[in-house]
Amino acid sequence: MGAVRGAARRPQKAVPPMHATLDTVPATPAVRFQGVARHFGAIRAVDGVDLSIAPGEFFAMLGPSGSGKTTCLRLIAGFEQPDAGHIEIFGETVEGLPPYRRAVNTVFQDYALFPHLSVGDNVAYGLRVRGVARAERARLAREALALVKLAGMETRRPAQLSGGQRQRVALARALVVRPKVLLLDEPLGALDLKLREEMQSELKGLQRALGLTFVFVTHDQGEALSMADRVAVFNEGRIVQVGPPEEVYERPATRFVAGFVGSANVLEPAQAAALGGAARVSSLRPEKIVLLAPGAPAPEGTGVVEASVTDVSYQGPVRRVAVRDARGLALVVAVPAGAGTVALGQAVRLAVPAGALQPMEGEP
Amino acid sequence: MSFGATSPGAMNPAGFDLPAPREGIGRRLSDALTRHGRLLTLLLLTPPLLWLGLIYLGSLFVFLAQSIFSIDPFSGMIVREPTTATLIELFRPANFDIVRRTVLVAAAVTALCAVLAFPIAYYAARYAGPKVKAGFYLAVMMPLWSSYLVKVYGWKLLLAKEGAIGWFAGRLGLGGALDAWLALPVVGGPSLSVSYTGMVLTFTYLWLPFMILPIQAALERVPPHLIEAAGDLGASPGLVFRTVILPLAMPGVVAGAIFTFSLTLGDYIVPQIIGTSALVLGQAVYTLQGTAGNIPLAAAFSLVPILVMALFLTIARRTGAFDAL
Repeated sequence: MGAVRGAARRPQKAVPPMHATLDTVPATPAVRFQGVARHFGAIRAVDGVDLSIAPGEFFAMLGPSGSGKTTCLRLIAGFEQPDAGHIEIFGETVEGLPPYRRAVNTVFQDYALFPHLSVGDNVAYGLRVRGVARAERARLAREALALVKLAGMETRRPAQLSGGQRQRVALARALVVRPKVLLLDEPLGALDLKLREEMQSELKGLQRALGLTFVFVTHDQGEALSMADRVAVFNEGRIVQVGPPEEVYERPATRFVAGFVGSANVLEPAQAAALGGAARVSSLRPEKIVLLAPGAPAPEGTGVVEASVTDVSYQGPVRRVAVRDARGLALVVAVPAGAGTVALGQAVRLAVPAGALQPMEGEP
Repeated sequence: MSFGATSPGAMNPAGFDLPAPREGIGRRLSDALTRHGRLLTLLLLTPPLLWLGLIYLGSLFVFLAQSIFSIDPFSGMIVREPTTATLIELFRPANFDIVRRTVLVAAAVTALCAVLAFPIAYYAARYAGPKVKAGFYLAVMMPLWSSYLVKVYGWKLLLAKEGAIGWFAGRLGLGGALDAWLALPVVGGPSLSVSYTGMVLTFTYLWLPFMILPIQAALERVPPHLIEAAGDLGASPGLVFRTVILPLAMPGVVAGAIFTFSLTLGDYIVPQIIGTSALVLGQAVYTLQGTAGNIPLAAAFSLVPILVMALFLTIARRTGAFDAL
């Protein structure tokens, strides 16, 4: 459902050339899924997915484990074949085509480096099986390693490298064969936080510099939001929302997206109406709610909630404060550090700006 | 989010005490062994080290050391003076032939075992489900449960001129091919049961489990992602096999080869029942230390398998068979 909702909503005026290929020119999509399904016995891992990834796009597939995102990636790579539907890579039908005949390459979650080959031979592997001469492939492998900042590591063994370095070798190995689409399966999952943030910006920079199409699978919403041009949110084998990160975050289409991406509050139609919103199921981001000082008047155009604090969890820059009002409305509020202390059981007044309530398009 | 509210009737962990375990000699012994980890290691290792180090390796070394003695050709007594004469005697044409013959048979058995074992092990490691795998282990191990001699005599019957193999070959119209094979020099003979071919077949049957199991273990350790990655990078299945699967399974093949090679080098029963009248190493050692009473030369012959295995492992290492370890 709604595979290109994000793209369709964008203004169709003269856009800067950067986005020209993305929105205006009906270019051949880098990857196209039409009603693709993949079942494992009774489990519908992928259950009717439509999607279209533009050339040069950084596309994230976001979802919990078992949501079908990795199976979709494996369908693009050719490790899985669809039970139904149609898959195209740059206009070429790929059903039945084995992985070694596809111009896509994968960076695996566990890197999948060959333990019996040196780093240089690992990177040169794709060139070796294509029959590139030894000297030439050594040169290309050196270049690729320099690209991922591992120059001079050719003779090492994968076992001698750190997790971050192995990750870079896997990246160089996939990039050296010049794929049309690079698939990344949770590539940062095994790295520690600092390294992960470093690699995020590096991957983004690399993608921009090479102009390649990246398809990135992750269960980390922060990673998807910070890196991708567009995010597809998966749940139970289907795509529940596709769009630019801002849109997915600001206007979640379903309860699931609201909960999974940045854990928004979900209000029932009556609750939303009581706060001045539309009488629809609506999402409300915790950081949009304002904690009022005792006795302070509510600003113009806001709904007011009188509630008591049921839980406080300190998270550095913000405190996540759970509150509940007399009518049973439970909300989570992100209170910025320095905005006063809140104690368990304390009575608080909250202001909800009317524009903060986002009706969900995917809910009745 | 909040764990504060407990439902009524929920267990309160602070509300009761567990009885303390009783102090006994066993617990105090455990305390001592936990505190002195080395003591435990020492206690565990002393008996096997005594057995392996002193009794087994010690006696082997004493036996092998005899190879620097010689035998008095007239009295038949052992002359306990260091000499290289006995070792040099190994290179006399008649003795060297025995060495060469045995090594070639062992090499043929190892090669045949590897070729037969690999597909079986590959299927068990990569495709078999849990039930099929249980059946696989049973099928591979079962021949090891029956007597070695029964199996060898069984093969003698199968290989005999009027045996099952000849009968089948005749029925399939391959009697001529079998005769042509038996007419060949070296590998042939009057019948399969008195030829090197028969000997190699019997050895292959006997040692096949020792080749299948290590290869299967090595293949199981190859992460499926590596095979996918190789395909992803453009390698066709044949190329994936040659460049990834085979190199990674090589330590298993070498481990299996150590078994098949050394078991064949040392065996003296199969060549006596099936095969030609020419001696192999095991028979030579058996005869020399028994009827001939030439312990020094028997010891010298016993050195050969050890040296051959050392050479084999060196070559395996040089060719990168252990790169995946």
